[in-house]
Amino acid sequence: QQIQEEMNKQFFDNLVSFLRRSHSEFQEKATEWTCRMKSREIPAAALVLGVNVTDHDLTFKSLTEVIQNNITPYVTSLQAKDCPGIKNLMQKLMGQLMNCYVDADSSDEEDCAQISQNRVRCSMTSLINWYENITKKTDSETPSRKRTSSRHLQSPPVVVIFKDMESFTTKVLQDFIVISSQHIHELPLILIFGIATSPMIIHSLLPHSVSSLLCIELFQSLSCKEHLSTIIDKLLLTTRFAFKLSEKVLQVLINIFLYHDFSVQNFIKGFQLCIVEHFYSQPLSVLCCQLLEAKKRVNSLSHSQCENIRRLPSFRRYVESQESEKQIALLTSDNSLKEAVQKLLEDLHIYHENYVPVLKCLHVFTSSLPKYPLGKQIRELHCACLESRVWETEDYESSLQLARMLNKSDLVTMLQKCVEIFVSSSGKEFDKVVEKLKDFLAQFEKLEGACQEQEESIPSQKELQKKTDLYHLQKTLLELKESRRSKKLTKFEMLRFEVVDFIDSLVRNYLVPADHKTLHEIMYFNTASALREHLNAAPRIALHTALNNPYCYLKNQALKSDGGSISNKAPDICIAYKLHLECGRLINLVDWLEAFSTVVTAVEGPNGDAAVSDQVDDIIHARFIRAVSELELLGFIKPSKQKTDHVARLTWGSC
Amino acid sequence: MPNLEHPAYPAATLLRLESLVPCRESQVSMLLSIFGEREQFTFPSIFIYGHTSSGKTYVMRTLLNTLQLPHVFVNCVEHFTSRLLLEEILIQLQNCSSETTPASRVLCDNFNDFVRLFKQAVTNQDLQDQTLYIVLDRAEQLREMEANILPAFLRLQELTDRNVTVVLLTEIVWELFRPNTGCFEPLILYFPDYSIGHLQKILSNNHPPEYSADFYAAYINILLGVFYMVCRDLKELQHLAALNFSKYCEPVVRGEANERDTRKLWKNIEPHLKKAMQTVYLREISSSQWERLQHDDGDPGQLKGLSAHAHVELPYYSKFLLIAAYLASYNPVRTDKRFFLKHHGKIKKTNFMKKHEKTSNHLLGPKPVPLDRLLAILYSIVDSRVAPTANIFSQITSLVTLQLLSLVGHNDQLDGPRYKCTVSLDFIRAIAR
Repeated sequence: QQIQEEMNKQFFDNLVSFLRRSHSEFQEKATEWTCRMKSREIPAAALVLGVNVTDHDLTFKSLTEVIQNNITPYVTSLQAKDCPGIKNLMQKLMGQLMNCYVDADSSDEEDCAQISQNRVRCSMTSLINWYENITKKTDSETPSRKRTSSRHLQSPPVVVIFKDMESFTTKVLQDFIVISSQHIHELPLILIFGIATSPMIIHSLLPHSVSSLLCIELFQSLSCKEHLSTIIDKLLLTTRFAFKLSEKVLQVLINIFLYHDFSVQNFIKGFQLCIVEHFYSQPLSVLCCQLLEAKKRVNSLSHSQCENIRRLPSFRRYVESQESEKQIALLTSDNSLKEAVQKLLEDLHIYHENYVPVLKCLHVFTSSLPKYPLGKQIRELHCACLESRVWETEDYESSLQLARMLNKSDLVTMLQKCVEIFVSSSGKEFDKVVEKLKDFLAQFEKLEGACQEQEESIPSQKELQKKTDLYHLQKTLLELKESRRSKKLTKFEMLRFEVVDFIDSLVRNYLVPADHKTLHEIMYFNTASALREHLNAAPRIALHTALNNPYCYLKNQALKSDGGSISNKAPDICIAYKLHLECGRLINLVDWLEAFSTVVTAVEGPNGDAAVSDQVDDIIHARFIRAVSELELLGFIKPSKQKTDHVARLTWGSC
Repeated sequence: MPNLEHPAYPAATLLRLESLVPCRESQVSMLLSIFGEREQFTFPSIFIYGHTSSGKTYVMRTLLNTLQLPHVFVNCVEHFTSRLLLEEILIQLQNCSSETTPASRVLCDNFNDFVRLFKQAVTNQDLQDQTLYIVLDRAEQLREMEANILPAFLRLQELTDRNVTVVLLTEIVWELFRPNTGCFEPLILYFPDYSIGHLQKILSNNHPPEYSADFYAAYINILLGVFYMVCRDLKELQHLAALNFSKYCEPVVRGEANERDTRKLWKNIEPHLKKAMQTVYLREISSSQWERLQHDDGDPGQLKGLSAHAHVELPYYSKFLLIAAYLASYNPVRTDKRFFLKHHGKIKKTNFMKKHEKTSNHLLGPKPVPLDRLLAILYSIVDSRVAPTANIFSQITSLVTLQLLSLVGHNDQLDGPRYKCTVSLDFIRAIAR
């Protein structure tokens, strides 16, 4: 659907801009480095990217794009798996470089021929020759090319990206660095190391004699957690996209992210899966789009779709809360239903519009509290709000209590932030809120002024009482102090209480969990279990259920068994599997075969004669052998050398 | 100090040569006497060894260049296969003395071809009456090429029947080269390390033109005083000298001290150099960063070195996987039951034993662990229930690609794979927090 495409685009923009930010600094360096070519050091950048290996591809892709656009057309990226030896590395390097040159002006037929010739000899000298050739060419190029060359530098450096530095063998890297340092004058190389773990790896991979040839600078990319929160911010906490995730689904996605792979890529994929699943399984998802569009679509709903709406549990609740006449109208007339639905959708939209700023506002308050009772990140708060009425939880109570103990400067900055949030949000109802908040701020300022006034008034009083005796003076001063303190505190405290109460009321008004809203099923994707099944695959369990309970997949009535017993109608492999579960680590093939044949012939047993069952049938023997070899293929058993006629089990337990 | 004297070459050239190779006069005169006159046959192969940056390559190159002897200079690291090496020699040979058109592509697959083409080339270039020198730099790489390359190079003179000498330059001793089958023994020449006096002399030699030689020599003296203990590498010292000189000059430029005021200058530079030793020398921060730092006069504490970012962020289960792998690699199997079962038996009795075992295990290094055991330990150390999902398995492989675990013996896919934990105790401690 078009929404999805739009969303994809946004992801990409988001990612690229994020990269730009982190690499813009790097580009500056690259230009600087070209001036430093005099020394024998090879400029190198170490990019620390974090352990989310799956995201790196995209990062490098956009990095190459950025470099190609801004610095040099000659960018190659090498992967460890392509370069087991220095020879392969050079081949790959030359191939990529020359190809990218061909891409630059593909009209030259001669070049192509030359390249195929060159590929025979892959050494640094030929690389240098090639480089000299093309730089000469670009110098003597017609002015039409000047535009591109002015964008690039005078002698464009060749950037070599090592995508996964950890996996490169030490020798290859060392050799390559030594070689290129020999030729750094003729061939301006820049190395970029992609590092997943920590920069210490450079020292452990390269000996000092080699690393002294490098001029390494470190660049740290944003951590994936921060990246995730920006994405959540941009995707879930906006009103731009009608599609929403319910609490459980979001929790599953975040859990996979935090517990398993730290991969933003996978998070996005999971999100896309949710979208697909939602539109596929929910018939009313046609209404999940922008408000105006949705209103139009409501008008063209068919009768069956209306029935679907009536069947929604949230809508039923809504109907039951109405008066009896209206109930009948809603349940019988499609038109009145449509009107109601339009109104409800609008309500939902407004709810979303209000939800986000209030959530952000609450986050401002809670994120600075000690111990973070409501979570440090806004996503945790979001989850909590979606899950239940947040003001009924204990954490919320404790955080409010903590908020009542905040000091003034913090409170003022928070209020200012909240005002900013509300002003920037589009909701119409927030004018009053903003006014109120500004009012609070003004009161705080006034309070400050009042304090100063009071302080000023003290010395005058002092002078007044100077003439009385010392004891009296002390006493009165003490009293004065006491009274002043209590007075000021109460004033400030009162205001503070007011502020907190106000926030509380905001929360109660706007942060109602989405399941309490009517028609939330349209926008919210709710089946977390399906998602978990899809994303968190459990191959062993799936295999076990398939073999143990073939009905689950085959849907054959004959296979429906009550668990414990082994039916002879099941496929051979299932029988063999179930029998093998009962054995120990080493399985005697003969015993297994016997058991197998008894199970298979169980039905024929009563009417078949004893002579047949005494000796195992050839066909059964063949079937058994096939089942066993299938199990071996699946990796459950393997032939063992410890005992003849035995196989070893490779799995333990039952899953 | 022996002056260079040789009847075959003009005295002026020799004098120039002498000025170019300070502190290596004895070696040069030795080489000269071996080389003899241009047309004389010399020893078929010469083996020169010495520690890193003891001037082997430099001396050889300047010697051959100043005396204008026909030579070929090849780096064996760069030409990593024998074919590339041989072809490179032939190409250089074609270009070396003649002004003819640049060499066409030479194809040379084995040594036999090489000998044939080599003879051709020598005749073409009219080099029969002169000794041709083939210098193989970083010759230790030759050992990794085909077995016949090294012996063949050693007796190239005999094989080609031409006036040629092969010079091998390397950092390791001849004994490590000698192949099992025996070969022609080359003439062995040793380049000793430069002494501190030599280093001083060489480094002071190329002083910048704006400052007097004495001033620079004093600077070099200070520099060597700081760095000589840790680094005797001439190249590295040169690099450091170039990096820190501007800082040394600062007081002079500002006019606070004149060039003679060594004590003041020393006070100014010494802490700076010590800082440099901790950072630039170890490549914790790059030299360009260092220069910028000098320029801004900032505090190097702000710039974190490479090792400062030692912390690695890992997903929740990956952490546990790594910890499990560590436990499994360093604890013997028989202790598993005691450590990971809820109701283990006696533990007090073996307390002392455990301590003893642990140290020895750490000295022994990690042992391979079958996958099943790894997972079993994982299940027991994670509080909540963990499903053996595909994600967990893929995490194991991603840990392997990150080189935190390593796969041991991957001959059979069906055989339960075995892993080894390759990270240190400190790392695990940092993660476990």
